Amino acid sequence: MSLRKFFKNIWLDVITLIVVGILFIVPFIFIILMASKTSQEASLFEFSWPSQFQLFDNIITVLQFGDNRMILALWNSTLLTVGSVTLIVLLSALAAYIMQRRSGKVISIANSVMLAGLIIPPAVVPTIFLLQQLNLYKTLIGLIFIEVAYGLPFAVLVFRAFIGSIPRELDEAAVIDGASALRVFFQVILPLLRSAMMTIIVVQSVAVYNDFTGPLYFLPGNQNVTVQLTLFSFISQFTSSYNLLFANAVVITLPALVMFLFFQRQIVAGVTSGAVKG
Amino acid sequence: MNTQRQTRVIQAVATTSKRHKPTMKIYPYWFFIPAAVIFTVFFLVPTLFAFYFSLTRWTLFDSEFIGFDNYSQFLSDPQLTSGLIHTIIYAVMTSGLKVVISLPLAYLLTSALHLKTLVRSIIFFPVLVSTVAVGITFSILMQPSTGLINSVIKIFGVSGPNWLGSPDLALYSVALVDVWKGLGFATVLCIAGILSIPQDYFEAARLEGGAWVKFRHIIIPLSRNAIFTVILLSFIGGLRSFDLIWTMTHGGPGFASDVLTSVIYKEYQAGFYGLSTAGNVVLFVLVTVVVYPLQRFFNSREIEL
Repeated sequence: MSLRKFFKNIWLDVITLIVVGILFIVPFIFIILMASKTSQEASLFEFSWPSQFQLFDNIITVLQFGDNRMILALWNSTLLTVGSVTLIVLLSALAAYIMQRRSGKVISIANSVMLAGLIIPPAVVPTIFLLQQLNLYKTLIGLIFIEVAYGLPFAVLVFRAFIGSIPRELDEAAVIDGASALRVFFQVILPLLRSAMMTIIVVQSVAVYNDFTGPLYFLPGNQNVTVQLTLFSFISQFTSSYNLLFANAVVITLPALVMFLFFQRQIVAGVTSGAVKG
Repeated sequence: MNTQRQTRVIQAVATTSKRHKPTMKIYPYWFFIPAAVIFTVFFLVPTLFAFYFSLTRWTLFDSEFIGFDNYSQFLSDPQLTSGLIHTIIYAVMTSGLKVVISLPLAYLLTSALHLKTLVRSIIFFPVLVSTVAVGITFSILMQPSTGLINSVIKIFGVSGPNWLGSPDLALYSVALVDVWKGLGFATVLCIAGILSIPQDYFEAARLEGGAWVKFRHIIIPLSRNAIFTVILLSFIGGLRSFDLIWTMTHGGPGFASDVLTSVIYKEYQAGFYGLSTAGNVVLFVLVTVVVYPLQRFFNSREIEL
């Protein structure tokens, strides 16, 4: 590369970085600055360094606010996310295995119904009615089933594509060697799905953790609060203390940041594979 | 080895009395049942219920059949019809902007840029952040007098608009934030599309012209599948969007940024369950009527590389 070309490329880098920095990094710096201020300073909405840096004090205030409501919310969200994602992974892998290996009328109906599940928005009030009939309304278990139902189509899609690349001869050979169907699945197929599984775990965890509409409709009430709702209900409670509102935003964004730092590759691979096959 | 296996297969066939292929036994249908049951009970059944309950006056405890009254109310009340129109505007605007911005951006990020991985990561991060947090942050940034965006505009001697407070602008302001949040996803899809184009095409283009020729005559036509995917997914997302609109404007000022999903929520809160469900059915129909033909059209124009 000639020197001139190198400098030309450097300019492109610098410009891109400045534009992207202003548009995509400044809002996050703003969140952190706001979360670090005193309430009087925060109410000015200025993009300025806080005179007293009290991010950690603010976070502790938020965590302890209203009988440790935030800690309860973090706990509930963790249960919700772990429970839903475990079920999604297990059930969708089993279903995708059958849907990929078998053919016929049942399977083709299942395929088209599942695709519809990716596109059609859920019917909210009838779902509430149904949950009430099953005594699952306002319960964490109820919401877990809902999240599983909404997450299954995507996960089946990704798993099915992956299973398609595993030769059938492998299952047949295992059966001939005397393995039962369950053993074939758990000891032959599932270990080969590790990368798809990773993708689904990461993508679905983010989706369930960030879900706002689900808890809003199906899990109202202070006992069952999840993190997305804490932030939403704090808008009205914290109108005079924007520093705490933003400290709350920092707390609930941290898990996403951790996911991002560790699993960015899987997430990108996941959203791409799911979307391209769909 | 191979013949040995073949004889074992033949033995296996011989031992199964059915004419059925022996392999099907290792793919039992019950593997499929737990997923099917949960999906049916918690997604399909409520969807089917919706068609009936949208025809009723409904209190969740009992329902009275009233025919198409909810629908006629939905389509005659200007507040509700404007929600329908806003939904379409929102979906068209967000999916249009996402594709128009993400494709050139993806081109830039697959070119000679040194920092492409870093830039891609930065743009992608908002995809993972909670929509509520994004909504709150931008509603502060978009404050008319003291918000950061208008403070920056003021430096240039112009006074910025009232982004979320003006009825003419609120819906578009929220749509811009939606584009901001979803751009990383669209860009990643476009990058995947561009990377799947065989290198030979670019070799040929190198002889013929510069970056624009490459973009216009290779990238656009040959990453068509990715472009279709971006349009389709952001269109579906736009039609179903709720979180961002609800946290930023609550559908206001007045009903200026109400979309179908926020109308459904408002009617639900007000206790008009039948009407809310009718809104839900209108949303199903809208999504189906728009998305299936679009998908069919895109499928027919897809290319194999």
